[in-house]
Amino acid sequence: MASTAIPAGTKWWSGGKSPFNASYGKIMMWYFLMSDAFTFGAFLISYGTIRFSVNHWPDPNYVFNAFPFAGHANLPLAFVSLMTFILIFSSVTMVLAVHEGHKMNRKGVEKYMILTILGGLAFLGCQAWEWTHLITGDHAVLVNGQIEKWGTTVTRNPFGPEVLHNGQMVSTPGPIAFGGYFFGITGFHGFHVFSGVVINIIMYIKTRLGHFDQRGHYEMIEKAGLYWHFVDLVWVFVFLCFYLI
Amino acid sequence: MSNVLSSQETAVHGVHDAHHEHHHHETFLTKYIFSQDHKMIAKQFLITGIIWAIIGGLFSVIFRFQLGYPDASFPWMEDLLGKWAPGGKLSPEFYYALVTMHGTVLVFFVLTAGLSGTFANFLIPLQIGARDMASPLLNMLSYWFFFLASVIMVASLFVQTGPASGGWTVYPPLSAIGDASIGSKIGMDLWLVSMAMFIVSSLLGGLNYITTILNMRTKGMSMTRMPLTIWALFFTAVLGVLSFPVLLSGAILLLFDRNLGTSFFLSDLIVAGKVLPNEGGSAILFQHLFWFLGHPEVYIILLPAMGMASEILSVNSRKPIFGYMAMVASLFAICILAFLVWAHHMFVTGLNPFLGSVFVLLTLLIAVPSAIKVFNWLTTLWRGNIRFTPGMLFAIGFVSLFISGGLTGIFLGNSALDIHLHDTYFVIAHFHIVMGVASFFGMYAGVYHWYPKMFGRYLNNTLAYIHFWVTLVGAYLIFWPMHYQGLAGVPRRYYDFSNWESFKQFNGLNEFISVVALVVFAVQLLFVFNFFYSIWKGRKVTDPNPWKSNTLEWTTPIRPGHGNWEGEIPEVHRWAYDYSKDGKDFIPQTEPVGADESKH
Ligand code: HEM
Ligand SMILES: [Cu+2]
Repeated sequence: MASTAIPAGTKWWSGGKSPFNASYGKIMMWYFLMSDAFTFGAFLISYGTIRFSVNHWPDPNYVFNAFPFAGHANLPLAFVSLMTFILIFSSVTMVLAVHEGHKMNRKGVEKYMILTILGGLAFLGCQAWEWTHLITGDHAVLVNGQIEKWGTTVTRNPFGPEVLHNGQMVSTPGPIAFGGYFFGITGFHGFHVFSGVVINIIMYIKTRLGHFDQRGHYEMIEKAGLYWHFVDLVWVFVFLCFYLI
Repeated sequence: MSNVLSSQETAVHGVHDAHHEHHHHETFLTKYIFSQDHKMIAKQFLITGIIWAIIGGLFSVIFRFQLGYPDASFPWMEDLLGKWAPGGKLSPEFYYALVTMHGTVLVFFVLTAGLSGTFANFLIPLQIGARDMASPLLNMLSYWFFFLASVIMVASLFVQTGPASGGWTVYPPLSAIGDASIGSKIGMDLWLVSMAMFIVSSLLGGLNYITTILNMRTKGMSMTRMPLTIWALFFTAVLGVLSFPVLLSGAILLLFDRNLGTSFFLSDLIVAGKVLPNEGGSAILFQHLFWFLGHPEVYIILLPAMGMASEILSVNSRKPIFGYMAMVASLFAICILAFLVWAHHMFVTGLNPFLGSVFVLLTLLIAVPSAIKVFNWLTTLWRGNIRFTPGMLFAIGFVSLFISGGLTGIFLGNSALDIHLHDTYFVIAHFHIVMGVASFFGMYAGVYHWYPKMFGRYLNNTLAYIHFWVTLVGAYLIFWPMHYQGLAGVPRRYYDFSNWESFKQFNGLNEFISVVALVVFAVQLLFVFNFFYSIWKGRKVTDPNPWKSNTLEWTTPIRPGHGNWEGEIPEVHRWAYDYSKDGKDFIPQTEPVGADESKH
């Protein structure tokens, strides 16, 4: 494809060929990603309207300060930075896989697909840990004059405004929208990562079986790559909205 | 039936999987059920749509009985509906279920899937000169997701607590709290799941329509030579692909609120004396999400009808469409504006008045492209050599209805007037005329016009004329008076008006409307009869181009097989509207431009 010489003065839009010089599958993928971007957009904008209409919102530096095997290590955002790094790194390996595909180098594609899949799985593992930590954590919350121990779920949020109780500052229940949006949106993103991993595994198997060599091109890897980069890009927005502001 | 693939198709179709093998033996299952032929999938959508239309229409007939005869009871109703009509009188709960399902079924299942699914599938490959859709497999899946959505929606009719009953717009809290009403229980969950399947179906369909139009046009079919049907279907698909996902988000959040105890749309509620734990959510947020789809949705329903009407008006006036580029540009303008006006459905939700005025402006701007289209249709008809085929009559009826209903939109689009008119029968009248009936007319126009291509036979003309006149007159008789009711303040979605002294004056009118509705429904059944009867018994088509039309679908065999053209795909040399040109009645798109030909 890339090697086909394009004669000067080609009329791209006059029919009989693809105006973007791209196969239908790639164009479909692009439109699908646009559509999916609207789904995420709707979620994130909803989150934004609610978040900025309530008076108190948990401080991400406090909520996300734990690290595996270190407990509440007070390492604000360290773990999520690691997650982000892993995901971005898997995008890099994906680029390399596509590149190897252009060179028709099956071994290379296989190697980088494996790395991409591992990156995806590592990200999902991190997310699982983070969720578990949030849900099972216990934070002192003042409810009806009593101290209770709470984790963060879709129906409760232990990170509300602090009040003085028996000479000590304790937090009260915070807006429950926090858990709902956090788990809802990161969950929806995680679901996308999961689907991406499944797709990548299928692509890996097809590469192993030599399907793409038989076809003479590795375009499927490119399409999977588009999806994977998109999922990565969405994460950047999720990261921004939940962890940074 | 095996077709030779042209090398050209291979080029646009991606280097790989270029061949959907046509050589294999087709069984009943692969030909009629799991077909990947766009023409068969179109018929599947059409017939499923017809079944849904009968069901949805029947719902409205039943609730019109209640509105027309609030004091009477009908034993047959109890036989039909059992516990939902005790003593032959429709229960209030089921009244709401019926209104909700009527709206849902007709808006989504008939006028979205039934209309786009049928005509985008049928016409796109045929009119742009392609052997099939870009991805026949996804196309088939699109139908089957629609089928799955249909099955779930039908199932919801039979659950013990009845189907969803919070209106087709499913506003929370009614839709978000299971205990809010009887129709808020499992029926509502099924509604949401069904819609999620529906959205997948429309996404798969839409992606296919867009890529097919972009990538698979035959040689010479530049974008500006495409028939207006294709342009309209293209914009419809873009609208769908970009607006349905937002409803999907809303539906997912709503499912969470219902089943996981989240509070996306709920806050500070007391139901049956019990304070709910939900806080911090916003019911208005759901309305934003809903109408961000909801308004584009009305154009998803309307644009295909506009496209088909443009084509049919031109063919049967024997005149080029007036202002082709203006028609394309106004479709484009409508497509953009459709995304920017949704809050006109929310003027009375406490929207910031300044924001409201912005939406008033944007809303009223839609009148400009709409008017351009109307004037172009009228000028196309002007001094035309008009043939009043049934398709043509329905296309003209479409223009009439679009004008009548569009004008009332201008009233509603004014936020000050809308305070009075919102949630009254005026709105019902507005959108039934401009969207409901008008799109139905576009769909009928399309069915009458392309039936010979679909089935190789004609529909019966006498029945068609009866169908047209009764439906046109009947639709106006039903919906025109509703404007007066609305102006007088009669609210929509009420089960019974007999307690209001001031609405007593409309008792007779309500009865009249109900009777006409029954008649109009009966005439639709006549159409259904005509449709199925003619598939087997209709007059056979002998002329491959019965309407003397320029577009490519009439260059295929009378009954095209999978692959559409027997030899090479024809090349295109001109636009689709060379009618009555240089002394010729029509010049097909495949005809090369002559040396001394005048410009159009
Ligand atoms: C100049 C053009 C139009 C304007 C200014 C306009 C304006 C409006 C406004 C302001 C409303 C909200 C009324 C209310 O609820 O108080 C409305 C309702 C509606 N309009 Fe239009 N409209 C126009 C054309 C159309 C067209 C072309 C369609 C469909 C093809 C359409 C379909 C609907 C529907 C379905 C509703 C009601 C939905 C519901 O509440 O159940 N309108 N229109
Ligand atoms: Cu609207």
